[in-house]
Amino acid sequence: MKLDVVYFAWVRERIGVPRETVETDALSVGDLVAELRAREDRYDLAFSDLSVVRVAVDQTLSDFDAPLKGVRELAFFPPMTGG
Amino acid sequence: MAVRVQSEDFDLGAELEALRAGRTDIGALVSFSGLVRDDTGDLKVLELEHYPGMTESALTEIEVEAHKRWELNATLIVHRFGPLKPGEQIMMVAAASPHRKAAFEAADFLMDFLKSRAPFWKKETGVDGAEWVDAKDTDEDALKRW
Repeated sequence: MKLDVVYFAWVRERIGVPRETVETDALSVGDLVAELRAREDRYDLAFSDLSVVRVAVDQTLSDFDAPLKGVRELAFFPPMTGG
Repeated sequence: MAVRVQSEDFDLGAELEALRAGRTDIGALVSFSGLVRDDTGDLKVLELEHYPGMTESALTEIEVEAHKRWELNATLIVHRFGPLKPGEQIMMVAAASPHRKAAFEAADFLMDFLKSRAPFWKKETGVDGAEWVDAKDTDEDALKRW
């Protein structure tokens, strides 16, 4: 399946693009992260410490266990610092 | 209830005037505004990045929750993005209620959740280069008191 993946802040800088379409058979967010890390060093670097990476599934905060079935947009970013 | 995410500055006084205009049911109006602080004198620019779409829905969700918990006449959240200079306004929240305690608590609640549940990120550019601002553990801990 294909899904849109967006990145923000230093996750975006490490991966090098703000948005991309990813083709994957991964079942969960965590599986996709493992797949991307194995593909290229820039992903491996961005996802080397998942304790400082947050996930949003279709623009709602989620986690690495979330299933990917039916998902349109996945986002990865550092802990938020608004205000 | 209103949420605005914008690059342009806002007039805090005018926002509060508009919030209470024509109303006689508000007894207490609490507002907070966050400013770009320069601790060292080295800060050149604070860049605010956000997630368009999710930002608005996350802020609205936080507002809805505040209205469930307190008796509120109105709330407003304005948050800027883009490059900001030291001393500039970053954001504001306002909570209007018949009573003081609810207005204070709701404004405090909005701020606590906005800080770590709305998708904004800050990058500081100083004389020695640029650095992303890390989230603080105390910000996450602050949510537990609600």
